[in-house]
Amino acid sequence: MALSAQQIPRWLNSIKLNSLITAAQLRSHYGRPGQTLLHRLSAQPQVSSDSGFLQWGLKTFRTSSKWNSSSQCTKSSGQEIDSAQSTMLPSVSEQPQKTPNFDSELSLEDLDDVPPLSPLQPISEQEAVRIIADPPLPPDSFTLRDYVDHSETLQKLVLLGVDLSKIEKHPGAANLLLRLDFEKDINQVLLFLKDLGIEDSQLGAFLTKNYAIFSEDLENLKTRVAYLQSKSFSKSDITQMVRKAPFLLSFSVERLDNRLGFFQKELELNVKKTRDLVVRLPRLLTGSLEPVKENMKVYRLELGFKHNEIQHMITQIPKMLTANKRKLTETFDFVHNVMSIPHHIIVRFPQVFNARLFKVKERHLFLAYLGRAQYDPAKANYISLDKLVSVPDEIFCEEIAKASVQDFEKFLKTL
Amino acid sequence: MALPVVRLCLDPAPPRAADMGAAGVARLHGLFAAYKPPGLHWKHLRDTVELQLLKGLNARKPPAPQQRVRFLLGPVEGSEEKELTLTATSVPSLTNHPLVRGPAFTSLKIGMGHRLDVQASGVVVLGVGQGCSLLTDMYHAHLTKDYTVLGLLGKATDDFREDGRLVERTTYDHVTREKLDRILAVIQGSHQKALVTYSNLDLQTQEAYEMAVKGLIRPMNKSPMLVTGIRCLRFAPPEFLLEVQCMNETQKQLRSLVHEIGLELKTTAVCSHVRRTRDGCFTLDDALLRTQWNLNSIQDAMQAAAPRVAAELEKNLRLRLGTQQLQGPGWQGDNEGPSPALEGRTAGGAAVGKGQSCS
Repeated sequence: MALSAQQIPRWLNSIKLNSLITAAQLRSHYGRPGQTLLHRLSAQPQVSSDSGFLQWGLKTFRTSSKWNSSSQCTKSSGQEIDSAQSTMLPSVSEQPQKTPNFDSELSLEDLDDVPPLSPLQPISEQEAVRIIADPPLPPDSFTLRDYVDHSETLQKLVLLGVDLSKIEKHPGAANLLLRLDFEKDINQVLLFLKDLGIEDSQLGAFLTKNYAIFSEDLENLKTRVAYLQSKSFSKSDITQMVRKAPFLLSFSVERLDNRLGFFQKELELNVKKTRDLVVRLPRLLTGSLEPVKENMKVYRLELGFKHNEIQHMITQIPKMLTANKRKLTETFDFVHNVMSIPHHIIVRFPQVFNARLFKVKERHLFLAYLGRAQYDPAKANYISLDKLVSVPDEIFCEEIAKASVQDFEKFLKTL
Repeated sequence: MALPVVRLCLDPAPPRAADMGAAGVARLHGLFAAYKPPGLHWKHLRDTVELQLLKGLNARKPPAPQQRVRFLLGPVEGSEEKELTLTATSVPSLTNHPLVRGPAFTSLKIGMGHRLDVQASGVVVLGVGQGCSLLTDMYHAHLTKDYTVLGLLGKATDDFREDGRLVERTTYDHVTREKLDRILAVIQGSHQKALVTYSNLDLQTQEAYEMAVKGLIRPMNKSPMLVTGIRCLRFAPPEFLLEVQCMNETQKQLRSLVHEIGLELKTTAVCSHVRRTRDGCFTLDDALLRTQWNLNSIQDAMQAAAPRVAAELEKNLRLRLGTQQLQGPGWQGDNEGPSPALEGRTAGGAAVGKGQSCS
């Protein structure tokens, strides 16, 4: 159905058209051609007349002849479009108010009787000026670039900082955005997010990730926030969680409940610590739970940490719960077997699991070459793991290795 | 008063992506050397370099927002009646806004010269943009490469590496420096002979002899690994460090060379590390470390290396053209296999003609 609507504008543009178009097709898709051009007209260009964009559809040469009649009602029809519903992209909506002569002249039964207006027919200068022949919007496109200049919704989203180029990569997302009406849907959600505490500058990043929030029911969102508040998350906590994990509010209350329960059971921490953990890394709630279960088993069975040691480590570095298993085992293998660091020291500095393995390797080998690789706190010249891993290169070379950066680079080229 | 002529509203041509960072991308053609650390796959190195370059290019300031001209119907100033006429206004256009269009650069042409396998480390040459064609030229120049190879006596494994599956253990007390040097000399001599064979030079001519004396003989076809020089840098049993100059090699062949040296010494040896110190005219000093894989350092390295590379390639081209005069009968050409003796004799002129077409 939509396809025939797209084909119709091109068909109607040719002169010998009548014979091709069936009355049935036109009956279902015929719009009010005069008004289709009106979305581009406004007395002042800055007036935000939004939804009219979507009523483009059929443009025919007939419209030029109807211009005389429609030009007087330009402004009034413009307001009609503002109040009208915005609809599907390729199809055309019905207008609540039409000028009567349209109906009588262009009723479908009379189509064959009315002689088509030839483009070669001379018209007056006044009429010629009033024809606006903008290139038609493409009926379908693979990118939102074609539509952004004609849609107030999209323009406002871009000004907010939403990255349309990322959103249009998801299937169906671009159509969703085009069908939204700024006043009705988007405004409400934006006000809700601002009430939650998200700053204007952070809205762009949030909406780029979770554009589907526009299709959520506002009541559901409010229920979920109320649920979180009932679990004694403070307002600023909730703001931080929503900002860091944009999909949080798209989870239903029972799903959030299940996940919070899972973490409470699995980690066996007290309520306050679980809450702090979740606030610090809210993507634990929105991500998959399988890696967390697997990592807990890895720490306990493969790496040999005790339960209280694991609890201590993840309260310090929550990211360890979602780390890659292979990287974890490789890092641990190097730190424990090659650097000969026992478990209890690793527990005190879980940052090693967060660092890149090549960095740890290079720095350790450099210290070993210099003879400064001493990781036992009992002996002199002790080097703590967090200093080894977290400081930038210059500080590492100066203070810990007591060598120059050039020496470090020369050493790296001998590895 | 004439009414304005109605024209179709056309957006001005959007600037091409190349224009925006034109200054940056224009300089981003050439060759540079990177130091590949052990444990990193060469593809990851290439991808990391590409990502870093794209990050640098996309970080440039986007151009000023575009305007487009629209003809809008508005009331004529100074007229009482509601007459509408078209006025041209310039409104900002968001079609080429970075948030709508996406990043300006999404991929770059980056090629890698002679590759290194995962455990090996060392100098690796990468080409960006137009430099990729220079990579082909460098390949055809058949330049030698320098390696330092660390061997370990007393073990034999299935893939000649230290961490491979153990096959045999032997004693090595009888091994001395002199024995090792003797064996290395034998290896170098036999490879020298192979060098002459594969270069198809007729050594009876005076020019060919002079070239051989200067060490300029090079096989220009496909050939197996040829070692042009090998010597022992350090001998501290069970470890020994060799410096190898070779061409058309793979790192696995170097490890098997260590294994063969062990066998010649009547013991066994494995190779614990292979490190490339020079590839053509790129040495360790030119190689960029991981922290230097960013746009500015790479651009500087490419600019610094460009004249040297050009000089080297030109010298090689002259050498090859000179060598073609001296080719013995049956020389085929770069793209064909190395079995010249079977093909029969061709006239010298025909050989030269073919050679020029593929150089």
